[in-house]
Parts: sequence; structure tokens; C-alpha cells
Amino acid sequence: MSRVAIAVAAPVEEARPRSSSLLRDGVRRLRRNKLAVAGGVVIAVLCVVAIFADFLAPLPYTKSNFGRLNEAPSREYPLGTDQLGRDLLSRMIYGARVSMLVGLGAQVIVVLIGVPIGALSGFIGGRTDMFLTRFIDVMYAFPRLLFVILLMSMLGAGLMNIFIAIGLTGWVGIARQTRAQVLAIKEKEFVDGARALGAGFRRLLMRHILPNALTPIVVAVTFGIPEAIFTEAALSFIGVGINPPTPSWGQMVGEGQQYIRSYWHLCVFPSIAIAITMLSFTFFGDGVRDALDPKLK
Amino acid sequence: MFQFALARVLWLVPTLLAMALVTFLVMHATPGSPLDPVAEGANPLSPEAQKNLAAHYGLDRPLYEQFWIFLTKAVHGDFGNSFVYKTRTVSEIIAQTFPISLLLGSMALALAIVGGLTLGILAAIYQNRTWDYVSVSLATFGVAVPNFVLAVFLIILFSFIVPLFPTGGWESPRTWVLPTIALALAPMGIIARFTRASMLEVIRADYTLTARAKGLGELPVIFKHALKNAFIPVVTLLGPMFAAVGTGSFFVESIFRVPGMGRFFVISMTGRDYPMIMAVVLTYGAFLAIMNLVVDLLYGVLDPRIRY
Repeated sequence: MSRVAIAVAAPVEEARPRSSSLLRDGVRRLRRNKLAVAGGVVIAVLCVVAIFADFLAPLPYTKSNFGRLNEAPSREYPLGTDQLGRDLLSRMIYGARVSMLVGLGAQVIVVLIGVPIGALSGFIGGRTDMFLTRFIDVMYAFPRLLFVILLMSMLGAGLMNIFIAIGLTGWVGIARQTRAQVLAIKEKEFVDGARALGAGFRRLLMRHILPNALTPIVVAVTFGIPEAIFTEAALSFIGVGINPPTPSWGQMVGEGQQYIRSYWHLCVFPSIAIAITMLSFTFFGDGVRDALDPKLK
Repeated sequence: MFQFALARVLWLVPTLLAMALVTFLVMHATPGSPLDPVAEGANPLSPEAQKNLAAHYGLDRPLYEQFWIFLTKAVHGDFGNSFVYKTRTVSEIIAQTFPISLLLGSMALALAIVGGLTLGILAAIYQNRTWDYVSVSLATFGVAVPNFVLAVFLIILFSFIVPLFPTGGWESPRTWVLPTIALALAPMGIIARFTRASMLEVIRADYTLTARAKGLGELPVIFKHALKNAFIPVVTLLGPMFAAVGTGSFFVESIFRVPGMGRFFVISMTGRDYPMIMAVVLTYGAFLAIMNLVVDLLYGVLDPRIRY
């Protein structure tokens, strides 16, 4: 029975575009999506701002001017000054650096933990899979943000610790996705073929299975970025995120909201920055998902 | 069905145990001891005093013993005294703050469900027209933008520009409005997106066509035939929804100065109030796990096609 299925399925497999054209196809579809393009442009601008913050910021982010505290926006200080007389615009520009670093950096850790665990769990199967799946299930039941806050209180504030905390908690979703993909792909004929040709464990997994499981992983990563940015902002908001005086948007909102009655500008500008960043990543992520895998929608 | 329910209830035990263990270990790996406060203005304690206090609170025993003591007491609802608010037990604080968070959370959830369903249905009926764009944008905004940022925008809009509601507090129903909206927007967006997608599918289904062909009006078609089936996938969202509302309450309660459990959690975090932190994490964890269980069982009741 399965032999017949193979014979029927084979031409269909051949008719599929190869991976390079699949990518080109995806990019073409992404470029047709106006919101995704707009999101992408904003993300690119934010990256440029983050990289060249030293040149773009009019003042260093620690420079205080105690003669001019909590000033509303003026010509000299386009977004006003904060409670220590620091230029809000400069701090916002450096804040982009933190957000971008966390968004991208944390995903590296998430992928490095989640993909191997998911892949091994799905590929080896048996008792290893049982154990890992149970572990993943317990982790999944744990309210994520609660766990991140706990970890941060243990590790202490700081950029490196945010990477660690997000990495340790964020891999669960990607591990599940990878496992499901690997489980489906390892039964395919081309894997049997590769095995028959003598491909070992490593080669099978790295060359044959994982490349084919890439699409949902890429989609998960594009959605993981804004989530990491949100997590950093949330942690810094309650004071267990980035160490002052390094500016972070979440921390600026957290400190500014205490003075919202008297000095609205302190928390409004960083709030707008967070909102725009999150929306851009969401539009871009939606676009990537629709472009790479219309079925996932 | 009964077997499935029983298995799910039993599965709660290891989940809660793991949650308690992880929290316990993390708390004890934390640098900084409650006996040696580093907060500004705190007096350093002499080593003898520290030793006495450690013996009093049982902090000098081996870790596994402390964990066991904690567990046996926790089962009886006794989480010990708060390290920060020394005169009050943790159970007292939770008994006082949890109902407030629960009220806020329930109102937010109710608003999210009603608002989300309405937006989703409108979007599906008027697909690719103004209503669709309005509700999809609102949903995206609610999902993408963190609730503390939404809270800031709400305060600016409805406390300063149009002074309708106060900026914080929890004294009168008027103060409840803004925190509820801030907390509700994210789950509302998720529900709206899902409802729209599943309504679009149902509206095109054969039985809806049949209902129309029989001469049924637009409203009965939507409410009697389409909505019932469109609602089923939305029920699965309720689990994550509880989580979103639960953890979201930390930020919303902090901004709007709501004296609920979320705000206490943030305060106990910086004070390294071990018993308080453990209790709050476990209360949230247990609450979410039980709610997920209820949702799973409800799913089977709502959709007779599902068999366990």
C-alpha cells in the first residue's frame, strides 16, 4: 500500500519549486504586502539608529543638566529632558539599541536551545522523546512572564541576564514546532532514501531533515523578536531589566509614568516608540508568515 | 470523557509540584538574603541576630527540608509571614489582594470576550469593508502593543485630554474603567482575530448556505447557525487568555495603583519577600492550570464531535 503511495507522491514532490526559488517566491509575496514592507522599512530604520546611535544622538545619554529638569520639548531638547535633566531624544536613540539587541540576540539563544531539543526529541523518539516532551509540557504550563521575572530577580538586572532569562524560557515554543516538523519529515521517503544510501545520524538530521523544517522555525523567530522586545520593556518597566543609567524604552515608561500628571512627555515618547516598534514587527512577521507558508494562516 | 478528565486532574499535581520546586530553587539561588537587606536606609544586622532570625524562620535547615516544610504548610493554606510586611501572614495579604485582581481580571475578560466577538463578527460580515479594517486595526493594536503602553495612552486620552476618568486608584467603579480597558485590549484583539477567521470559514459553509436558501434572514443566520460553530475554536483561546490577563495585571495594577496581587508581586520581587513570591507564583500558577483544565473540559462539552 505504501509503495503505491510513493509512486503517486513522487511526481508531486518533483513539481515543487526548489528551495532557492521557494525563497524568491516568498520574497516576492512579501514585497507585495504593503504593511509588511512598511514594517520592514521601520525595522531597517531602527537598526540603523541602533547601530549609529553614537553619531545620531545629540548628547551622551548620561549627560545631566540639573538646571533644566523635566523640561517639555523645546528647540534645544526636541523631546524635552528627564528627571535628571538628560536629553530625552538621546536616551530614546540609545534605547533603540537595547531593544534591537534584545530582540535579535535573545532569538539566537532561543534557537540554539529550542531547535536541538525539539529535533532530538522528534528524531530519536522513544524514551528520550517522552522525557523531553514531559519536560516541555511542564515548562509550557508555567506562566512565561512570571518565570522570566523570577529568573531576572535571581540573576540580577543587566543585558546579558535578559538574554539568558528569555533564552531559558523562550525555547519551549520553538522546540515544540521543531519536534512536530521533524516527526512529520522523518517518515518521508527521501529520508529513507538517504538512510539507505548510508547517511549517518548527523547527516540525516543536519542535511536532510532540518533544512526542510526551516519554514515554521523562521516564522517562529520572526514572532519571537517582538516578544523578546516586549519582555525586555516589561522587565525594565518594573525595574528588573536593564541597569540604569543605560536607557531602555520600557524603563523610561516605568519611571516616567510616576510623573505622568506633571510631565507627560517623560513616558509618552518612549511609549510611542515601543508601540511603533511592536506594530512594525507584527506587520512584518505576519507578512513573512503569509509569504513563506500560506497554510499557516 | 471521564477518564480524560481524571487524567487531566491528576496531571495537575506534578505540574504544580514542578512549579513549586522551580520557584523554590530560584528563590534560594538568588543572591541577597532577606536577613541582610541591601535596601537604602536599612540597618545592617549583627551576625547573632541574623542567626536567630534564620532559626526562627527555618532558613538554617537544609534546602530539601525547607521545601518539605513549605509544601506541607502550603497544602494547608499557610504560607508563613511576609518578610516585608512582618505583622501580616502571606495568606492574609493574598486573601485581601486576590479578590481585587480577580474582579479586575474578570471584568477585563468579560469585556475582552464581548468586545472581541463583536469586532470579529462585524469584521467577518463586512469583510474588506470599513468595519473590517477598523476592527482588524484595533485588534492588531491590542495584540501588538504592550498593555503598560496602552495604559499610558489611555491615561493621556481619557484622563488628560478628555477628563472622563481618574488616573488611578480603586475606590469607586469610575476608577475601574481604565485599568479594565487596558487589561482587556490584548485578549480582545486575539479573540477578534480568531473570531473573524473562523466566522469567515463558517459563513461560507454549506449549512449556512442552506439556512439562507430556506429564506432565513441575515440576523438569524449569523446568530443561530454561524456563531455557534464559529465560537468553538475561540474557546481554546480562553486558556492563554487567562494567562495574558493574569500576568498583564502586574503592569496595569502598577500603573493604575490598583491594590491587587499583581502590584504586590512586583513589590515583593524587589524586597526578596520569599514567602510572598512563592505564594503569588503558586496562586497564579494553580489558577491558570485549573482554568486551562476547565477550558479543555468545556471544549468537549461544547463540541460533541470531539472525543477523548
